[in-house]
Amino acid sequence: MPITLNKAVKLIPVLLKEDKEYICVMKLHGDVSDKKLKAVLREFQGPIYQRPPLRSAVKRTVRIRRIYKIDMLERENRYVLLKIWCEAGTYIRKLCHDIGEVLGIGAHMYELRRTRAGSLSEKTNMVTLQDVVDSYVLWKEHGIEDYIRRVILPMEMAVEHIPKVVIRDSAVDAICHGAALAVPGILHVETGIRVNDIVAIFTLKGELVAIGKARMRSEEMVSSKRGIAVKTTQVLMPPDTYPPLWRQ
Amino acid sequence: MKKREILIRTEEETDPRYGKPPSERNVEELIETGVINLDKPVGPSSHEVTAWIKRILPVKKIAHAGTLEPP
Repeated sequence: MPITLNKAVKLIPVLLKEDKEYICVMKLHGDVSDKKLKAVLREFQGPIYQRPPLRSAVKRTVRIRRIYKIDMLERENRYVLLKIWCEAGTYIRKLCHDIGEVLGIGAHMYELRRTRAGSLSEKTNMVTLQDVVDSYVLWKEHGIEDYIRRVILPMEMAVEHIPKVVIRDSAVDAICHGAALAVPGILHVETGIRVNDIVAIFTLKGELVAIGKARMRSEEMVSSKRGIAVKTTQVLMPPDTYPPLWRQ
Repeated sequence: MKKREILIRTEEETDPRYGKPPSERNVEELIETGVINLDKPVGPSSHEVTAWIKRILPVKKIAHAGTLEPP
């Protein structure tokens, strides 16, 4: 579960929109062959319609969510271990229920664990509450740094999945004041950005400056002479970290 | 996921006097803009766990991006 501290709190709306990966145990209410189960699971890959459950935080209208992949990892009679890669906002409990409906025997979610949220997975420095306590005490009372450095990650690690735009030093301060990113400020752009995609604006030193919404495709950002490339939505870097343009 | 490539518009150097690579932040600076990838224990809610961390670390603001079940 990603936890953000102080200035990084602004990343929350961005992290909530990122794709997720889950490991889930689904319990079937009847018997079904592996072959049929696998065929039904395949049907659930791709865009699906989902009505948020009764107990939910959002409006209960049917919406489309994309299931990128469902793998059956293991099965023991009516217990099925699934690995699911899906779009943000997919209800896995609902997905299990709907799979049960299509199978004709019913099913429910028995256990759930999220294994990845955007860039942060079980493999990227996942730590326990005990690690947080221990590493903080070791640093605070004994000056030992390497442990807490493995526990508290630079916010940049949480946005590694988001396409990057790297900008000039001279363009940084205006962005820190909330300005949109104009084409001349851009140095490098990652491929695959489409209009309205979320992008991360970085310095050449690898610092996250801001998050924004693309106004151009990657290719246009490189070939255009002028124009707004990215509209800034969340500023992460404090102003005056880099000098303002007019002081140079 | 598809691997992205980098398109170069212009090449430029960065001035070492301003800013610094994330790896050179000191611990105070890390806490100021940090992220924790927490292995949330089963039982307490995300909200409770976040509140505990707030009591441990000297942070003014803290938030979590992860409720598996709708509140």
